[in-house]
Amino acid sequence: MAIVIAIAHMTLLEALRNRLVWLAGVVMLSALGLGMFLDQIAITESLEIRIALVAALLRAAAAFIVVTFSISSVVREANDKVIDLFLSLPTPRSAYFFGKLAGFALVAIAIALMLSLPLLAYAPAARLWPWTVSLGFELLILASASLFCALSLAQTVTAFAAMAAFYLLSRSIAAIQMIASTGIQGRDSLIDKVIEGGVHGISLMLPAFDHMTMSGWLIESPVSGAALLEMLAQALLYMVLIGAASLFDLYRKSL
Amino acid sequence: MKYKKERALSRVPGAVLILLLACTVLQAAVKISHPPAAPRAEDLPIPPGSTVLRLASFGDPVPLAKGVMLYLQAFDYQAGTRLPYQNLDYHRLIGWLTAVLQLDPGGQYPLHAASRIYAEVPDPAKQRLMLDFVYAQFFVDPGRRWPWLAHAAAVAKHRLRDLPLARRYASAIQQHATGDNVPMWARQMEIFILEDMNELETARVMIGGLVQSGRITHPGELKFLEERLKSIEARLGSGATK
Repeated sequence: MAIVIAIAHMTLLEALRNRLVWLAGVVMLSALGLGMFLDQIAITESLEIRIALVAALLRAAAAFIVVTFSISSVVREANDKVIDLFLSLPTPRSAYFFGKLAGFALVAIAIALMLSLPLLAYAPAARLWPWTVSLGFELLILASASLFCALSLAQTVTAFAAMAAFYLLSRSIAAIQMIASTGIQGRDSLIDKVIEGGVHGISLMLPAFDHMTMSGWLIESPVSGAALLEMLAQALLYMVLIGAASLFDLYRKSL
Repeated sequence: MKYKKERALSRVPGAVLILLLACTVLQAAVKISHPPAAPRAEDLPIPPGSTVLRLASFGDPVPLAKGVMLYLQAFDYQAGTRLPYQNLDYHRLIGWLTAVLQLDPGGQYPLHAASRIYAEVPDPAKQRLMLDFVYAQFFVDPGRRWPWLAHAAAVAKHRLRDLPLARRYASAIQQHATGDNVPMWARQMEIFILEDMNELETARVMIGGLVQSGRITHPGELKFLEERLKSIEARLGSGATK
């Protein structure tokens, strides 16, 4: 347990030394600036426009920061042979994984809290906190998936490309499924069925990001407690799934 | 010595394997239990303005136009049902189709969908809305959009049984689609519709005008028109006139 805490602590230190707090601060200021700009140009529904666009910017920025930090941290340690050093120690290999995951999870939660703050200027706190919690769940999934990609691929560009594809696909898979299931009438061939089945198969292994962190919750339709609990369950399940996959990979890694 | 990249599967703890399998099955079960709902007709939102769509296209409007069309056709399409699309709000739908055409004026998909899919619903009021949309859009680019107006004329004639409407569409093709790529049957549609309307005198004048104009050079087509002319004149002579 001590080594897990030590690795998590090191990861947090790395985040501070990478000036993630500064970066988050710049994003917060940019979001406030964008809000003021939108206030000047919007003819009507100024508040709604500010909330929707600023929230979308903050969500994308939070995802970007967490993913890039997680990937660069693991790849740097792989290049510096720090991972090899940890794996050669007389401790379970899982200690490294849990340590890094704990560190990334704390960074993700901190980023979610910080980047929600600018929205306090526009949205009531009662609507903001479910959005923040959901953003936290989303970032936790992204942090664990980034850890998996970085450990498996060990290359910054390929891991980041994989994460970008994962995030975009998870966000848009419902729309892709919708389109895939509405082929032209009369076209019901084997290829059509294979394509539709393939899309549905891929969707089964993706997290339900299309139901998470919706800007609409801040404007008109707040999310229910039951829906938040479902998101929590989805985040936990997906983190365990990705964690098991990462451990599988880590235990098979040869030094 | 051969470098071994991965250790044996047996080095992975059994608990990790069980957890991986169990979570994979559980994740699939959760997603299967929450399938995405097919979008209903009433879910079709108000179309965004063309400026908003241009902004969303990041300077490349054609891919967005293609994507929007695929997105649009998913509304009120229930696989296996006999009558898709009939519950859609056609004013909104036309707004979307117009927006797509503004993004990609060269694209044929919106007019194809309008004339061959959305104009085929068993609701005359909605059919007329869609046919009028095709008619209005035809004038933007008659040389390329005539096939959809020709289909609209066929729908007006055979489905709506509205010969004056069909004649209006056919007349527009005859007058405005003058390119070499427009086949004669499309330009002659108005004549056949006039015959159906028993407007034999007008049909006779039109055929005469077409032959005189010199636009028809193919001997076969000329012969066909002359035979039609004779047949009309015979009907006129027998008093079947208007």
